[in-house]
Amino acid sequence: MKILVALKQVPDTETKIKVAPDGCSLDLGDVKWITSPYDEYALEEALRLKESREAEVTAVAVGGDRAKAVLQSALALGVQNAVLLKSEHTDDPTAIARTLAAFAKDQAFDLILLGNKGFGGDNACVGPMLAELLGLAQANVVTRLELVDAGFRAEREGDAGTEVLEGTLPAVITAQRGLNEPRYANLKGIMAAKKKTIAEVEAGAQASLVTVQALELPPTRPEGRKLEGDPAAQAAALLGLLRDEAKVL
Amino acid sequence: MILVYCELKDGSIRKPSLEALSEARLLADSNGLQVGALFVGAACAGAEAAAQYGADAILQVQAPSLAAYSSDGYAQAIADAVRAKGATVLLAAATATGKDVLPRVAARLEAGYAADVTGLALAEGKLTCVRPVYAGKAFATSAFHSPVQVATTRPNVFTATPSPRAGVVEQLAAPTGGFLAVVKEILAKGGAKLDLTEANVIVSGGRGLKDGANFQILEALAEALGGVVGASRAAVDAGWGIPHSMQVGQTGKVVSPTLYIACGISGAIQHVAGMSGSKVVVAINKDPDAPIFKLASYGIVGDLFEVVPELTKAALALGIGK
Repeated sequence: MKILVALKQVPDTETKIKVAPDGCSLDLGDVKWITSPYDEYALEEALRLKESREAEVTAVAVGGDRAKAVLQSALALGVQNAVLLKSEHTDDPTAIARTLAAFAKDQAFDLILLGNKGFGGDNACVGPMLAELLGLAQANVVTRLELVDAGFRAEREGDAGTEVLEGTLPAVITAQRGLNEPRYANLKGIMAAKKKTIAEVEAGAQASLVTVQALELPPTRPEGRKLEGDPAAQAAALLGLLRDEAKVL
Repeated sequence: MILVYCELKDGSIRKPSLEALSEARLLADSNGLQVGALFVGAACAGAEAAAQYGADAILQVQAPSLAAYSSDGYAQAIADAVRAKGATVLLAAATATGKDVLPRVAARLEAGYAADVTGLALAEGKLTCVRPVYAGKAFATSAFHSPVQVATTRPNVFTATPSPRAGVVEQLAAPTGGFLAVVKEILAKGGAKLDLTEANVIVSGGRGLKDGANFQILEALAEALGGVVGASRAAVDAGWGIPHSMQVGQTGKVVSPTLYIACGISGAIQHVAGMSGSKVVVAINKDPDAPIFKLASYGIVGDLFEVVPELTKAALALGIGK
């Protein structure tokens, strides 16, 4: 069984976002980079299949040299292969999906795993786009995955509750928190990873179908009002204000 | 034509779909375009109501093979409809289904895609959108560069406004079947009946709740206000049995209710990222220096175990949420 795990390097979730002088991109100055938390669930699922089914796992990332860090972490956790698809062009999700599809299309992966969303563009769409571009089944925002016969059975977060879906392999699966509990790398893994190489492939240009023209911070909220009195008085005052001033009740 | 993929639930069009439809009507009016409301399923009973919300045409793709949701099957049906009608803009609500199927449609149509938009403009055929990025820590204004333009609208942001039109019903050809992945079963929701992302009122609890069982008092207030209960990451991670589906924040749900009541939540940057789009924020916390007070329109410094039950009592007395 061959598995591909697509990883995205994203700003740490505690990062305070600042806009760069160009007015349309992120100021990278103070950013600490991590692997997208959702991709960690995808990676863990791949590692479990590596152990239970002797799968061969390839980790892939799209980006510049900086993105090698996420591949290095994946190697430390035990993936056999790591590939950097070199591209400085990582803003439009369609371009990312096309880059990944171009890499994956001739390699007969049985399963492609990735997080259900990154942190950044927040379009949460690369998985489904990749599935469509490759003509594969998808299960998106998955909290449980089971491989059965020549297909899969997955649970995903739907609108009316948990959707149980069945599909064929190969498939694209996007991971949601709850799918598993990701492991940490141990020293042995980290040392072993240092001896492994990250393959680098020129990704080629992909057109951006949507481009960011301006990036702005949300408007700051005016300091609110603190309500005084005992709990009953505070409660009455609050409901009055919500109804008559804010008009939200 | 602007096409809006609409979802039906129990014979009614879902509110987030009506919001998308109303926004489509506004864009169409200022550009001299028609609006088509698109329905996909084994049957589309209730679709005719789209006429009240601005649909010039009600397009139905009906087939037994579409009885159960399939991302690839529905994507095919929607993409075929876009092509058949020559639509240049396709919208849907950013529900779990909308966000599952529309990226697939966009890829199929070689169309640009933007999720969860909070603002849209259409001029000379070109769509631009405003949307939260970095989990709401910033907003991006983006432009499309493709003949077909696809976006999902964030629930609770656009207003569903009646605007009656002819709503001429037309049946479109359905895909033949043989879909790759199909929903077999839906397990009923354990917690909130309404998804957090669609709720008008959210009462959220953090570490200050001290125990999962104490969320009862938030449930009571939410019920009195016609809302649902959410939680901070601290509460979900505390091992109190609060499911991740209730988590509001950067690694949980990003919500934009009319009213967000934060109880015992300090206001960590990761939580704020998920709820700063709320119209009115109320903070109840015993620490007067908690950062959550900085973005609260109304703050109560006090013990949530005393204040919340008083709020519930007062809300019930006033008959709010009825």
